Amino acid sequence: MTTARGVNATHRSRPDEHQRDNGDKREKAIMATTAMIETHGLSKTFQARGKSVEAVRGVDLEVRAGEIFGFLGPNGAGKTTTMRMLSTLIVPSGGQAKVAGYDLRRNPAAVRNHIGYVSQQGGAEPVETGRENLVLQGRVYGMSHRDANQRAKDLISRLDMDAFADRLVRTYSGGQRRRLDVALGIMHRPQLLFLDEPTTGLDPQSRVRIWDEVRRLHDDGMTIFLTTHYMDEADGLCDRLAIMDNGSIVSVDTPTALKQRIAGDIISLGLDVQNGAVARVSETLQAQPYVRELQQTKDGLLLYVERGEEVLPEVLRLLDHQGVPIRTVTLARPTLEDVFLRLTGRSLRESVENA
Amino acid sequence: MPRLLRDSWLMFGSQFRVSMRNSVWLFIGLFQPICYMLLFAPLLKNLANSPGFPKGGAYNVFTPGLMIMMAIFGAGFAGFNIIARLRDGVIERLRVTPINRLAMLLGIAGVDILILLVQTALLVIVGLFLGFRPDAGGLALLFVLVLIGGLMMASCSYAVALLVKDQGALAATVNLFVLPLLLLSGIMLPLSLAPDILQNIAKANPFAYAVNAARALVDGHLGDVAIVQSFIIFGVLAILAVFWATRSIRKAAM
Ligand SMILES: Nc1ncnc2c1ncn2[C@@H]1O[C@H](COP(=O)(O)OP(=O)(O)OP(=O)(O)O)[C@@H](O)[C@H]1O
Ligand SMILES: [Mg+2]
Repeated sequence: MTTARGVNATHRSRPDEHQRDNGDKREKAIMATTAMIETHGLSKTFQARGKSVEAVRGVDLEVRAGEIFGFLGPNGAGKTTTMRMLSTLIVPSGGQAKVAGYDLRRNPAAVRNHIGYVSQQGGAEPVETGRENLVLQGRVYGMSHRDANQRAKDLISRLDMDAFADRLVRTYSGGQRRRLDVALGIMHRPQLLFLDEPTTGLDPQSRVRIWDEVRRLHDDGMTIFLTTHYMDEADGLCDRLAIMDNGSIVSVDTPTALKQRIAGDIISLGLDVQNGAVARVSETLQAQPYVRELQQTKDGLLLYVERGEEVLPEVLRLLDHQGVPIRTVTLARPTLEDVFLRLTGRSLRESVENA
Repeated sequence: MPRLLRDSWLMFGSQFRVSMRNSVWLFIGLFQPICYMLLFAPLLKNLANSPGFPKGGAYNVFTPGLMIMMAIFGAGFAGFNIIARLRDGVIERLRVTPINRLAMLLGIAGVDILILLVQTALLVIVGLFLGFRPDAGGLALLFVLVLIGGLMMASCSYAVALLVKDQGALAATVNLFVLPLLLLSGIMLPLSLAPDILQNIAKANPFAYAVNAARALVDGHLGDVAIVQSFIIFGVLAILAVFWATRSIRKAAM
């Protein structure tokens, strides 16, 4: 978690963040003209064996030029499907989108010239070396042999891949492969980079390496659109976040603003919910002036309260009084996890496990 | 056009390196034709005297047939590679780039056809030692016919591969179509030995024409109508197959 905090710190010190958070209408209008991605009612329904799956349901989205925009959501939320539509891989079933200034339906070829895409599974040729993969990628985007070689060389040292760049990709570790995937995505210096779960399955060190690179690309002016399941990644890396669940966007804002929506603190109580007393005690708690909201979870209660440390003893006394045995108690400041829980009624981890 | 050539060449280069590194497959590919020539052709030698067997000696009948068979079988299973690349996400990565889609097909097919041509050349070389005596100009034309047939079969194989997305299903589908095509082409045994009913069915098999054309070519009968027929049939089918496969690549997704 130290790494996550490190990420936070750099993020907070970014001078333009404050301005973005409080963007007034006029500023928004200017921003809108430099939108890198704009979608209206974008949707996708898959037909699989007679059944239809609504993977994405009418997504309206605006990603501004130069920002790191995150898609946060559990498995099956539709993150990859949205990205695959925006990168021209699959045709939307409905809605419109403009990507890098070009209409997705009318001019997919122009869109392709301006974007880089790193898919969830990667896409390097396993029976070629990393360098061979990079050079081919550059050549396919029209670079000369010399330029492609030079660029490959630069990226190999920039992403610290010298030790394995000339080995066949099928011998790479997960972290090495992911670095190559990112390098492939930025080989042609796109304006807009899609990263589908860039750090899933990586160790903390490899994750930080990818984060550093993403931040560096951001500093160079690249717009980055990434998906993630990780709260720390969403919180620390992204300028703005869209929370996606079940094919729809539930909320879009800066991580800070999202967390501020849950004012106060969260007391989570581990209780035996089978016990009839819980229903009774939640009514009593709800009636307390300091409880802003109460949610029943599968193993207890969640209380959103003001000044948590002051009211906690009071809450415990109340439960004790009503004869409800308490298994666990935690008091926490809101995290994105709580935001997710609040917006979707499920915890992110829980929905990832159940998907 | 330059873009198409450039992209095809790039794709060919990459696929060529990959194929050269799969040395086991390469070895099996080259071992097969030698097997046929050494282990199967001698059986035909004794048959060559029976009534109804085409003139020209066993090897002049059998070698051109085998060359067409390599095109059917060798290229028919070319789709295996593309399934692996689809699984690895390589196809999707390339589909996000501006690479020409037809070039993707031609580059990949180029390597499979190159391997096919090497296999057939090997067949001819072994045949020459055993008594195969082809007409030189006819043989050169026959290589062109094998190339077109290979492009057609490989393209069909890619299209089916991208449709079924599974190696087992691809093998089953290819076998389902290839086996009757092969048996009704007169490759194994000349169709002149077959009953009328089979001879009539064979008239709908493009490969039967190709086998007749192949035999006419090696015998130097360049005016034989089967030659023109088979070039036209293969040419048209190859164009349709390339169109089909390119369309499949355009939409290929796991
Ligand atoms: N080709 C397809 N055919 C049928 N259904 C599909 C297809 N692709 C995706 N789906 C379905 O669409 C839904 C959204 O999938 P998607 O891959 O976009 O989710 P995701 O948010 O990327 O999830 P994850 O975090 O697991 O990557 C899922 O229910 C999935 O099963
Ligand atoms: Mg996904």
